[in-house]
Amino acid sequence: MSTQASRSAARLMLSPAVLILLVWMIVPLVLTLWFSFQRYNLLTPDRSGFIGFANYAEFVTSPAFWLAILNTLLLVLGVLVITVVGGILIALLIDQPLWGQGIVRILVISPFFIMPPVAALIWKNMFFNPSNGLFAEAAKAIGMRPFDFLGQAPLASIILIVAWQWLPFATLILLTALQSLDSERLEAAEMDGANAWNRFRFIMVPHLARAITVVVLIQTIFLLGILVEILVTTNGGPGNQSTTLTYLVYQEAILSSDVGAAAAGGVVAVILANIVAVFLMRAIGNNLDS
Amino acid sequence: MGQITLSGVTKRFGETEVIPPLDLNIEDGEFVVFVGPSGCGKSTLLRLIAGLEDTTAGHISIDGKDATGLPPAKRGLAMVFQSYALYPHMTVRKNIAFPLRMAGMAKDEQDRRVEAAAKVLNLTSYLDRRPGQLSGGQRQRVAIGRAIVREPAAFLFDEPLSNLDAALRVGMRLEISELHERLKTTMIYVTHDQVEAMTMADKIVVLNAGRIEQVGSPLELYRTPRNLFVAGFIGSPRMNLISGPEAARFDAHTIGIRPEHIGVHPTLGDWRGVVGVSEHLGSDTFFHVHETGLAESLTVRAGGEVPIRHGDTVFLTPDASKIHRFDQNGLRL
Ligand SMILES: Nc1ncnc2c1ncn2[C@@H]1O[C@H](COP(=O)(O)OP(=O)(O)OP(=O)(O)O)[C@@H](O)[C@H]1O
Ligand SMILES: [Mg+2]
Repeated sequence: MSTQASRSAARLMLSPAVLILLVWMIVPLVLTLWFSFQRYNLLTPDRSGFIGFANYAEFVTSPAFWLAILNTLLLVLGVLVITVVGGILIALLIDQPLWGQGIVRILVISPFFIMPPVAALIWKNMFFNPSNGLFAEAAKAIGMRPFDFLGQAPLASIILIVAWQWLPFATLILLTALQSLDSERLEAAEMDGANAWNRFRFIMVPHLARAITVVVLIQTIFLLGILVEILVTTNGGPGNQSTTLTYLVYQEAILSSDVGAAAAGGVVAVILANIVAVFLMRAIGNNLDS
Repeated sequence: MGQITLSGVTKRFGETEVIPPLDLNIEDGEFVVFVGPSGCGKSTLLRLIAGLEDTTAGHISIDGKDATGLPPAKRGLAMVFQSYALYPHMTVRKNIAFPLRMAGMAKDEQDRRVEAAAKVLNLTSYLDRRPGQLSGGQRQRVAIGRAIVREPAAFLFDEPLSNLDAALRVGMRLEISELHERLKTTMIYVTHDQVEAMTMADKIVVLNAGRIEQVGSPLELYRTPRNLFVAGFIGSPRMNLISGPEAARFDAHTIGIRPEHIGVHPTLGDWRGVVGVSEHLGSDTFFHVHETGLAESLTVRAGGEVPIRHGDTVFLTPDASKIHRFDQNGLRL
């Protein structure tokens, strides 16, 4: 696949896709950039025009801004840690030949099929509800005071919900990676005197490195944009305790109808996402080339 | 030390009995080769000795101590796998040092042993590469290096050369034999290549469907195969087997005669036949002789440059002292 002809044919055939993707991504980005420098509030449509960096200044100095960035990073990091560690453990478990393996595997994957708002509402009303949720009932049953999850620990609760949703994805990817590990390699390590922990650490974890990288990168992309789980549970509150950058943009755009400030927030979010991406690629990207 | 005794060792996978009760004694320092057709249980037997499979019944003892229930790492044996089973994310140095590291050996002692093993195996200039950057033969040597640094009581090899090309296989065969001469450690070697078996072994164990057909030195098996299976399995090309009236003439149900023990003459001899395909190897020529009325075809070895062609009529004379006689159960008479 590297003669002159095949290369130009490849370029020709790729070009429509590349063009569509370019238009698809560049147009919204440019529009967002454009709006971010405009006075554009849906409530006062008559006052418009170029206002420089005022939207940015407003967004960045809003009281929730730094907390939102911190919350976003905490959310991403928390979910990643839970899904990767939990995913490895569950994958190790369901890779064992247990009775009812097929059913267990389907059960493990099933959270992935539940739509995010539904999942979040189930967690909110069925588990977290401080007066009649299951956790509250359980606490009462053992004589403890029910804990108001969404009120007392809103961000941690959201992390829990999102991690629950993404655990199947991580588990699935890690399980397939685990199953591709040559059993002779583990046996060789066993003969070499490696106990179960050392086999895990020196043979399995390095083998899983690439899969873990894929899980981390893909999940990060999606986790930076988490919105609906916050929307249906805490609405960013109490106060701004569970407000993320995405939720802040949503607040500006929909609740305050301030398109200009929301666009500025969107640009900030893109910049943050890129910083995270560069950081991630530096840290673990070299796992991807073998 | 590396004396291994199997007594009544049995292995079943569910209902299927792969190894029926089997007894075998392997002396310290011996080079023992397990041969047999594919699926006869060679690898299973080796894995039982290694401890990678549990025995269904029977006992395995190593150096006089019962090892039946011991985990693999505690048996003091090292294994070289057919797929090499190297650790791809570690350098050659780390691969070879891995068993030492697991044993908690001091770093400088580790380095010393790795260097020594690398020198023996000509790996010194590859120590900082990863397995993915090595050729098949070099990977094989790394796998052997990982085995020898532990100074095990015995080495177990499972078809270690089957992934190599013919020339490399001959080279590695010599290297392993030389290693055995130098280390004088017990080696158990599984192969289905009988040239490897004949050239390397002190003692060959011929297996068939999990049973031991015969145990002996290569020449013992060659000269006095105990039954038809061993007679047909050991020797290349295969022994000619003849039954019927010609065998009855020798008071046997079946007689066997090796290709190298039959004389060829254009006009004189006991058996008349027509030459089919002949294989010229330079040093030797193998004729496939048909229409003898004795068997489908007889294989005959002659010298390198014999003026006999396809379609010629020839006469064959077996060397009477080299005829093997078997009864109707296939046992040697
Ligand atoms: N885990 C297992 N479960 C069930 N049967 C098995 C298992 N492992 C091996 N067997 C069976 O045991 C028999 C012997 O297998 P083994 O791998 O020992 O053969 P082998 O002599 O090494 O053959 P080859 O020369 O092809 O490597 C085979 O019939 C195989 O199907
Ligand atoms: Mg085998």
